Formats: sequence, structure tokens, C-alpha cells
Amino acid sequence: MRPVYMIAGGITKFAKALPEKDFRLMVKEAFDYALADVPALRRQDIDGSVCSYFSDHFTRQLMAGAMVQDYLGLNPKPSRRIEGGGATGGLCFQSGWEAVASGRMEVSLALGFETMSRVNTWKGNEFIALASDTNFDYPVGGFYTGYYAMMVRRHMHEFGTTVEQMARVAVKNHVNALHNPYAQRPGRLTIEDVRSSPMVATPLTILDCCQMSDGAAVAILVSEEMAQKLGVQPVRITGVGCGTDAMRMADRPHGKVPLLPHENEADYADLKYPGVHSFRGGRTAAALAYRMAGIADPGRDLDFVELHDAYTSSEIQTYEDLGLCRYGEGGSFVDSGAPFLSNLDYGLEFAADGRWPRLPVNPSGGLLACGHPVGATGLMQAVFAFWQLQGTIARHLGDPTLQLPDPKRGLIHSHAGTGTYVTVSILERG
Amino acid sequence: MDKNIKLPETEEGTVLFKTDPIIIKHHYEVDYLHSYAQDSPFFAGLANRKLLGSRCGACAITYATPRGHCMECGGATEWVELPQSGRVHTYTTCHFGGEAFLKETPFTLVLVEFDGVDTLFLSRLLGAEGDEVSIGMPVRARFLRNSKFKATDVYFVPA
Repeated sequence: MRPVYMIAGGITKFAKALPEKDFRLMVKEAFDYALADVPALRRQDIDGSVCSYFSDHFTRQLMAGAMVQDYLGLNPKPSRRIEGGGATGGLCFQSGWEAVASGRMEVSLALGFETMSRVNTWKGNEFIALASDTNFDYPVGGFYTGYYAMMVRRHMHEFGTTVEQMARVAVKNHVNALHNPYAQRPGRLTIEDVRSSPMVATPLTILDCCQMSDGAAVAILVSEEMAQKLGVQPVRITGVGCGTDAMRMADRPHGKVPLLPHENEADYADLKYPGVHSFRGGRTAAALAYRMAGIADPGRDLDFVELHDAYTSSEIQTYEDLGLCRYGEGGSFVDSGAPFLSNLDYGLEFAADGRWPRLPVNPSGGLLACGHPVGATGLMQAVFAFWQLQGTIARHLGDPTLQLPDPKRGLIHSHAGTGTYVTVSILERG
Repeated sequence: MDKNIKLPETEEGTVLFKTDPIIIKHHYEVDYLHSYAQDSPFFAGLANRKLLGSRCGACAITYATPRGHCMECGGATEWVELPQSGRVHTYTTCHFGGEAFLKETPFTLVLVEFDGVDTLFLSRLLGAEGDEVSIGMPVRARFLRNSKFKATDVYFVPA
């Protein structure tokens, strides 16, 4: 495999509904933005595309990727669709990486969208729940928030995690998004706001859950030779990993925790793993990506993380899967302030806990505040990570607040089902 | 040839939600001929008030769900009858849901754990509200008298 670089990205505003644009025009906007950021890159340099969208139901259009391809003027170049539930965008990004890493392409366009406003929220929830087992899960619950609520209830039971710790995640991501004009639902929240908002599935309130969205995002990936030729500030993709688990969370028998380089077996002597409190697929994806990128201690070797926070609870669970803290410590990790930006006032006090260095998680606002147009989400993370490492947040967001002072290495994480497909990709500056 | 032929005019019109952009309502429905295939004995079991799981002879894993083949080793499994009493492993009460289930809200979901079984069973819990449910609470299975051949033919109640 040869080195692969990201040289440009583009996103549309994520919004509850963008009825004045269809999915083709949304992708076109994000694509044109990315192209304009690399003046030396000509459209004819693009060798092919990978298209990311989760559900044909949302567009009532099969082969929508083919319609994007012709709308962007990329015919008759190669293209294909990638689909993997909530992880569709992350899988698409890695598929674009593969095209370049393998030598098949010099320039690969990863593009994604979702137009979820085309049905009512309850119908959208039904479509999403069709990505659970339709024999045994969908007919009983038919609702992903319910599945995640059960998971976090067990997490609380096993580890003492509290609803207030979950609410802190919502406060963090919504406040971060106040400085991100692309975000759907920025807001200055309090823990009380989160807990007093309408209950969706106990203990998850509506502010513990991400929103359905319309939106698109693209990432342009190139070979080293092209990156040098184009004269931009490329960001190298140094690690990719993907993991899976049983579609049904109820079906996960217990085994040993796959250890990350900085962990010991004794850390988890009494833990029944993965249980419904943890995501084995996420840990597997992280372990593979860390090995490829040479990361020995993710909490110290990473400068920021953009992870798949579909729920406040799953952000806490994912800290543990990624090894930012040990299993069971996710709540304390939030209380310590470690995943918060140091230059923002969240209206929260943090516990004096020296166990973890500051490691901002979801500086963009994450899914909770940006929204979750599924096929665009994993690529949106790639775009924010790219801008962050390029040091161009101020130029792209019109606000320097979310720019970290000297980030060298970032992680993006995309997650499907109840941890059924998970991707982790590592991006590094220059 | 008939040069005066016309499409018949109908009374049904487009449901127009707004203009600029034009948004119209489009109804769509489909009947699937869904086969439970190798999982069929599980649903037949529910009709006979039996809860069937799967056991792998090679791995000795017992699944609380129908799996024709073992998730660990790929070997064929055998049907085993599960206990009809267990404990709440985790739970939630859904106040919102997918469209098909909105009229049933609020409803409580549980993952049930059984002695001697390695995985869990997703079901509805009736007869206990909110604070009355807890992890570890004993529950027992009940079955619909007239089977609908769906996973909801079985549900759990406090034991």
C-alpha cells in the first residue's frame, strides 16, 4: 500500500430540512467548495468516486449515487456505492483511501449525503430501525433509541455512570457547535436543560440524541505524488481500521477484551465483555488503526477525536472502546473535563482528576449538535479533522474558536447499528 | 387509428404541501412475502408456548435466539427449549418510536437473561412501570393465545 493524503473537503450546512435542494445539488455544493479550495486540481484529474448514503427509502430513489455521478460531470469514470448503516460515511472514506492506496487511482472522490426530511421523524425512525434484525428486533422495539437506552442502562449498572455525566456530553457538543456555522442545532445548554427535555427512551432525553438531517459532504483523497504536485497542505491518512459485531446486541457472547497497546489483562479481570455496554467492533477498529499508525497510547498520542456521538451515552461508551480511558471510566473522563475544549466556557465545573490529559472530543459539535445526515456524517468528520490539522478552521468556519493550537494527529470514528460496523481512521498533519 | 383519443380525467389530485420548491405527498406501500426460513421453528414454538433457542455442539454456546449456525464456529446448531423464567438484564421505557409502534407508546423493552444461556433475549415487559422495573428483577414469559407468528407472540411479566 502507498501513502494516501486528503487534500480538500466540503460540506453543506446540516439542517432539519433543505427542501430547496435535492441530494445531487447538495453534493454538488460540497464538491464545488472542495474543488475551489485546491485551484490546481482540475475536475479531469479525478479518477473516480465512491458514494455514501444509508437508505434508499429516504430518497425513494435507487442508484442515487449514479445520479450524483452524472450531476457532478464525472461520467464515465468509475464509481460505486458504499453502504453500512451509520458507518456508511466512514466506510466510504476508507473505500476512497483503498482506491488510492492500492494504486488504482491517483485522485479519488469520497462523497456522501442523506435527505432525511423527506419523511416524518417517526417514519425516519422506522427506516433506521429496519437496520436492526427484522425478524426479532424490529417487531419488538423498532426503535434505535430504545436499543441504546438499554445499553446505557446496563453501562450505568456496571460502572456507575450517571445521567448527569451523559448530559455533560450534550452540553459540551452543543456549546462547541456555537462556533460551527454548518451545525444544525448549536446551543448553550445546562445539565438541567438536557434532563428536563422530553424523554425519548429512559434514560435518554431528546437532547441526549442526535437529530435527523439533510446534508452532504465530500473528501478528496490523492496519492503522494499528486499531493506534492497540487501544492496544498495535505493531511496524511496514517491508519484505517474497521470492526464488526453481531447485528443483534442480545446475541453477543462474552469473551476477553482485545487489549490496546497501553492496557493490561489485569485492567479488565472481572469485566464481562463486550456485554451490551461496550462495542467490540469499535475497539477492533481502533486497535487496527492504532497499529497501522503506530499509536501506543491514544489518550496521549492523539490531539483530538471526532467520534460518532449519535447519543450522549454512546460517546461515553466510545471513549472506552477507543482506549481514551479504561472500560468503566467514561463517566469520570467527562467529569474530569478531558474531552472539553480548554478555551470555551461550558458553565460546568470539572473534577480535579489528573488521570487524563486534555483531549478534545467532537470539537465540531459532533452528531449531537451538527446533526446526522447518515451518508454525509463520516465524511463531515473527515472534513473537520482535515481543516483542524490544516489549521484552516478560521477560514472555513469564519471563526477561529474551534481551531486547536497545534494539532498533529486526529481520529475519526464512524459507527453503525448497535456497534455492528465501526470504522476508525487516523489523520496526521503533513 | 384514433386521432381523438384522450387520457381519462380523474378526480384524484396531487396532495400539494407547498410551492417554491414544490413539495407533493407521495404514498407508497408494499406487501412483502417474508419467509422466516430456517428460523421458522422458533415461531411455530411460540404458537405452542415454547421458547426455542439454539445450541452449538462444538462450542457449547447456547443462544437465546434462533441461529441455524453458530456465530463463533459456523457449525450447525440444535434447537433447545429455553427456560420461561429469567431476569431483567437491562430495560428501557420508550416514549417515542418508529411509526408502526407510536400507538403502543409508552412500552417497556427488556433484555432477558436465562440461567444456562449465554446470550440475551429481547422482549416487551408488561405489568411493571418505570421505577417498578430494575436490573435483576425476575420475569416470566407469557404467550399470546392466538399466535400472530411474530416475535411479539411472547412477552414477559414480573415473576
